[in-house]
This record gives sequence, C-alpha cells and structure tokens, in this order.
Amino acid sequence: MHARRSAVIFAWLLLAPALLYVLTIVAYPLVDTFILSFTDASLKKVTNWVGWENYDKIFNATFAEVITRTFVWTFFSVSIKMLIGTFGASMLNAAVPGRALFRVLTMPPWIVPMAIGIFMWGWMYNGQFGMISGLLQRAGVVDGPVAFLAQGSTAFWATVITDVWIGVPMVTLYMLAAMQSIPQDLYEAAWTDGAGRFYRFRRITLPLLVPAMITMSMLSLISTFNSFDIIWILTQGGPNGETTTMIIDTYRTAIGSKKYGEGAARAVMICIFLSIFCLCYFRVTSRLSAGEK
Amino acid sequence: MKEPQQLINRYKWYEIVGIYCGIFVFLSFVLSPFVEGFLVSLKPLSQLFSSPYRFIPENGSFAAYRTMWESVPGFGRYIFNSFFISSIVTAVVLAMVVPAAYAFARFEFKGRGTLLGAFLAVNMFSGAVLLIPLFRLMRSFGVLNTYFAMIVPGVAFLIPSAIWLLRTYIMRIPRELDEAAYVDGASHFYTLRRVILPIAMPGITVVAITTFIGSYAQQFIFALTFNAKSEYMPLPVGLYAYFGRQEVIWNELMAASFVGIAPAMIVIFFLQRYLVSGLTAGAVKQ
Repeated sequence: MHARRSAVIFAWLLLAPALLYVLTIVAYPLVDTFILSFTDASLKKVTNWVGWENYDKIFNATFAEVITRTFVWTFFSVSIKMLIGTFGASMLNAAVPGRALFRVLTMPPWIVPMAIGIFMWGWMYNGQFGMISGLLQRAGVVDGPVAFLAQGSTAFWATVITDVWIGVPMVTLYMLAAMQSIPQDLYEAAWTDGAGRFYRFRRITLPLLVPAMITMSMLSLISTFNSFDIIWILTQGGPNGETTTMIIDTYRTAIGSKKYGEGAARAVMICIFLSIFCLCYFRVTSRLSAGEK
Repeated sequence: MKEPQQLINRYKWYEIVGIYCGIFVFLSFVLSPFVEGFLVSLKPLSQLFSSPYRFIPENGSFAAYRTMWESVPGFGRYIFNSFFISSIVTAVVLAMVVPAAYAFARFEFKGRGTLLGAFLAVNMFSGAVLLIPLFRLMRSFGVLNTYFAMIVPGVAFLIPSAIWLLRTYIMRIPRELDEAAYVDGASHFYTLRRVILPIAMPGITVVAITTFIGSYAQQFIFALTFNAKSEYMPLPVGLYAYFGRQEVIWNELMAASFVGIAPAMIVIFFLQRYLVSGLTAGAVKQ
C-alpha cells in the first residue's frame, strides 16, 4: 500500500513541470480572456469593469457577417482538403513504382515554415505578373490580368485554396495510414469472389475509411477555424473586410486597435465555438473507438 | 501459382496510366508554388515584371541568391534566430515531456484520463485566440522584445502532441523491464533514467525532430506580435517585414525563401519515415 502511494506521488512529480507550464501559458490566459472581456482594458493605466458592454458592442450586423463568413470559409476549406487528401491518398496507396518518392513529395507544404509557402502563393496570385493570372490569360479563359487578392470574391477563394494547400499533406498522409491499416485479407477475399478494383474500393476501402474521415475532418475543422497566418499575410482581412474571419477580426481589434477588452469579448466567442467543436470531437472519437471494441 | 497479393496488385496498362495521371495532378497542386517560386528566383527582375507571362526563365541566373544577402541585411541573423529559437524550444519541451509521458504511460492515478484529454484540448486553442492575455503575461514577465517572448508561448503549444506521441511509444516498451528493475530494488527515478530512457531513445528522437520542425514552421504569430526588434526576428517574420514593403524584389524574396526552407527539405529527405509516424501520431487516438 505504501509503495503504491509513493508511486502516485512520484507520478505527479513527473507531471508537475509540464502541467504547471501549460496551466500558466494556456489555462491562465484562457481565464484572463473571460475576465478581460468584461472590462475596458486598453493601453490606458486604469481598467474599469464594464459588464456586458463589450458584448453589446460586438453583437451587430457586421459581427454576424464575420461569423457567417468564418463558417463558410472553414466549411469549404475543410471539404476541399478532405476531397483532395482522400483522392491523393488513394492514388499514393496504389502499388506502382516510385510511390515512396511520391509520398515524400507530398510533405513540403506541411513542413516548410508556413509563412514562406504563403509568400509563394502571394506571388502566384499577383494580377499583373503572377502565374495563375498569366496562365489563365494564355489559355484565353480571361481577357485581362486578374488581381486575385484585390477583389473580395476572388480573394476569399484565394485564401481558401492556400489553406487547402497547407492542410492537404496532413490529410493525405493520415488517410493513407488509415488505408494501409485495412486488413489485406478483406481484399483477398473480395478478389477471390471476383470483385473488380473499383468495386473493392467502393465496398471495402471507403466504408472502412469513414471513422478516419470523421476524425480527420473534425481535427481539420478545428485547425482551420483557428487559421491566422494565411489570411493575414495574403490580405490582412481585406479587401473591404471580405476575408475577415473571426480570428483576423479579433487580432485587428485587440492588437491593431489596442482595444483589449473588446478583443477579448471576440476571443471568448471563438472559444465558445472551439469548445463546442472540441466536445464533439471527443464525443465522436470515443464513440468510434468504443464501436471498434 | 502466384501469391494472391501479387495478383491483386497487378494493374492493367490503362489503370497504371490513370494512377500516374492522378498522382501527377495531385503533386502539381502540392508542388506548383515551389516550382514557380524557384523559377522566379532565377528570373531577372526586368523579366519578372513583363507581360505576357512566361513560365520558363530566359537567361535565368542565380544572381538573386548573391544579391539577397545585401538587400536583406539581417538574413543570416534571421536564419540563426530561427534555429536558435527552435533548438531552445525543443530542449525545453523534451525536458518536460519525457517525465510527463513516462508518468502517463506507466502510473495509475486518479484523473489520468481527464488530464490526458485536457492536454489534448490545449491543441484545439491556437495561440491566436489567447493573444491578448499572453501579451499581457509576456509584458508582466518583462520578456517582450526578447527571444523568450517567442520561446515561452511556443513551448506551451508543442507540449501536448509531444506528450501524446511519446506516451504511445513508452507504452510499447514491455512492462516486465521496469518490474524487473523494481524487484531488484531500483527506485522509480533510477528505473526511468537507466531502463526507460535508453530504450525510449528512438521515440525521444522522433519527438525531438517533430517538435523542432513544428517550432521552425510555426514561428509567425508570436514573433509578429511579441517582438518588434529585428535582431531577434525569426526567418518568416523577418521576410514578412521585407515582403510588406512597397517595392517587393520578388526574385530575391523567393531566393531567400528557398535558402530558408533548405534545412526543412533536408530533414524531410533523410527523416521522412519518422516524420510521417510522428506528425500523424498526435491525431490518432490510441
């Protein structure tokens, strides 16, 4: 009995540094965000308690628009990532010569500093001299140069595509790992029964991928919802706020305009959505792993 | 008769053509920015800013790779900063994660599952959401505009997936080993240091690599917000400042980007097997 108690104490001692660190740098700021959202904190020395005032201020038509935009942006980004990633994974899963190399070539967008990948996209979207506008003109799709980042509608899609590009390697490699964990004898049995390749893909691979797809889309949903670097570097939320998502909006209010209180209220809204996603994620994954047993 | 495995994987010629076409389309999307970026770095400025658009550079040269060192004066410093910050972050993360992962993998205590879940939940909140209180916290620590302003928050967001990854690895080490040491009268600490640590070394190496890469890749928002001194800027933010100017010298920016990502590329090339398992591990619940 005594040995067990000392083991528990030892375990907590081992955990203490990581736990205290995360409490200080993540949990405390989380609580502080809630407290700040009820104050008028700014660069001024004095901070007053203002109750719900910040929330009254932010609930207006513009903020509703920002929330809707964030959801639309996230929805398209995650869906396209999942589509391209699953497509890529099924191609890379084929036993053709060179596949080891192709897998390595999938990784760069994920591994290189995100900001640098985004600079490259910034050039490609350049209207006057960029590659996409240039190639489209050559192909005769458009008459004149298209400055993708200067118009609201194209800037929106441009940021989505760049976000997809950064997320695709993770989705691809994850789906590939899921495909490879499907027991080979299922395919062999189906093959013995004369099932064709496409039939096997549709009836074995796809159904067995569903849990992995759900897990990955939820993870991707959370990281996409949090996405900051891409939009900030490409458009800073412009033109006319048409690429302003909740994160960008919070950053502008808090860091740009130094309205900490109001920014914190916006951050609280993000936290509420994130907590909902997070709960769904834990729910779904625990149900999925319970189903496996 | 051949093994069914081989027969299943035998493709007809049109299937092979289809697969290679699919792979080509997929990789074009993934790699086109790098190809275009590289070609831009070879083009002289006059050609870059001329219509109509040309994909292949005419009389391309590596001149931008030479001139960029003068145009971006802090360039060498930025690369050093990136490496320096990532190394310190990795060291601090490892120092905290190795004991924590061992505790999660080997000890039974109340609230273990909840705590593990709570660590995972940290991953869901990006630094961007917590920026305001973090800014105040860094100010009260007095570390704004120093390396610590980027290291301290960076570490916190890399701890959870590192714990998760290393815990999975340690759980695969047979328990009999620690029990044998324990029976021989070794203390818990001795068991960790002399039994677990040496066996877990490959796992710790994977965690170190993924943490380093994670830290190298994500140096943006904290560096942008908590540090204004250009001598401490890591590469992405240093280049961003340069990118934000009116007249962007694109071929030099691209050349600088390529030199900046070279370390990551080398890592991918040599360590890709570890990377895949490492980077997806945080996502897979086991």
